[in-house]
Amino acid sequence: MNASSSEILTQGLTVKLEADLDKNFGETIAREAHGEKLFGCIQCGNCSAACPLSVWMDYTPRKVIAMVRAGFKQEVLSNRTVWLCASCYQCTVECPKGIKITDVMYALKREAIENKIYPKNFPVPILARTFYSEVKRTGRINEIFLLTNYYLRYNIFKMLGYASLGVRLFMKRRLSLFEKGMTNRKEFRSMLNQ
Amino acid sequence: MKYLYYPGCSLKSSGKHYEISLLAVLQKLGIEVEELENWNCCGATNYMSINENYALEITARNLGIAEKQGGDEVIVPCAACFMGFLKTQKYMESESGIRDRVNQILNHSGLSYNGKVQIRHPLDLLVNQLGADALTRTVEMPLKDLKVASYYGCQLIRPYATFDDQWNPHTMDDIARAMGATPVDWPLKSRCCSGSMTSTMTDIGLRMNYVILKEAKSRGADVIITACPLCQFNLECFQGKISRKLKDDVRIPVMYFTQLMGLAMGIPAKKLGLKQMLSPSLVLN
Repeated sequence: MNASSSEILTQGLTVKLEADLDKNFGETIAREAHGEKLFGCIQCGNCSAACPLSVWMDYTPRKVIAMVRAGFKQEVLSNRTVWLCASCYQCTVECPKGIKITDVMYALKREAIENKIYPKNFPVPILARTFYSEVKRTGRINEIFLLTNYYLRYNIFKMLGYASLGVRLFMKRRLSLFEKGMTNRKEFRSMLNQ
Repeated sequence: MKYLYYPGCSLKSSGKHYEISLLAVLQKLGIEVEELENWNCCGATNYMSINENYALEITARNLGIAEKQGGDEVIVPCAACFMGFLKTQKYMESESGIRDRVNQILNHSGLSYNGKVQIRHPLDLLVNQLGADALTRTVEMPLKDLKVASYYGCQLIRPYATFDDQWNPHTMDDIARAMGATPVDWPLKSRCCSGSMTSTMTDIGLRMNYVILKEAKSRGADVIITACPLCQFNLECFQGKISRKLKDDVRIPVMYFTQLMGLAMGIPAKKLGLKQMLSPSLVLN
């Protein structure tokens, strides 16, 4: 036995002293996700197996649930894992305990935004926030404005890779600068400010 | 029966050929639709990720407009919008707290949603209401020997839709068959296309679309048909890039199911938005 034994034991796991855990985190998220029975999860891993994105996640969906109910708030919310969820609902329909895992992921994303501990400079929350403010501004999405604002916030140089596709779509009239919008944007905005 | 129509943002821009072909097919079938007045974006997955209250409110606003406009059903062709509409309806139906709060906010604009207007996907309308036989009767040019891979994607059938089988959807295959084509049996019918990840996590997004294109091709499909503007966009517009990057030619025509129907029904190509496509076009003999 050498020093590496402890590494083996903790490989892929997050270890923390109990006193450092956020004990109410599981209940908060369960409530946020409309009373999802997180504590009924049997850790079978069907969600991780069904998820087409779990291979790219730092924590698989099964681990996310285990960490949430154990109270690993900081680790889960600051990680990119929940933002890799594309909301395809495969886990939700596969879960033998009927847990709506996609809605749990949404609750985690919202919690991360609210606590401002989502991973910074990670493109997915940047796109989500850009989309959010674009709709609030005009009521509808214009893809040119959405993507330009997104790349301005994320990394404008990355936009160059899409320039030729953009031009081709523009020529085919599938992108336009002047789309018919809503006529009562003010009323729509005030609805969102209530 | 008065049908309202909620296009959503995509059908007015990058998915314009979905709207054009859908309206042409419905017109040919004698189904009249009226566009929802002053509709707003459904918020897609992004509003749910930021603020659930807002996500439900903006979709409920569209449903409220539909009730005010006096429709029996609202047709929602985009899979993401369709799912969002069903989700909002379900939440408002099952949680009185949400219903009251959302309606209170809608009241300021003279709107409310009480569950009177039903939400319909065009596939439901065409296959479950009109029926495959009625569709077959409209065929002028049967798509003989054409192998079609129906790609449903995720949110069209999961988790709320009841018009098709969640595990093994078949409504688009029914349509392909009614048009004289042969549906291809393949396992990735409802696998996620990665959504907007082709613009955020590019490598992951392209890889996920590669898997779908590759599988459809290896099953011998001549064309992939879809019912979702994001799936169609990803599979069509990135197939060249994917083929170059992964050094594997996975180029294949990717159309909306309504475009395929239109071809069989003898609707001219320009009324089906075929000229607005980037993927190799379907050659019919």
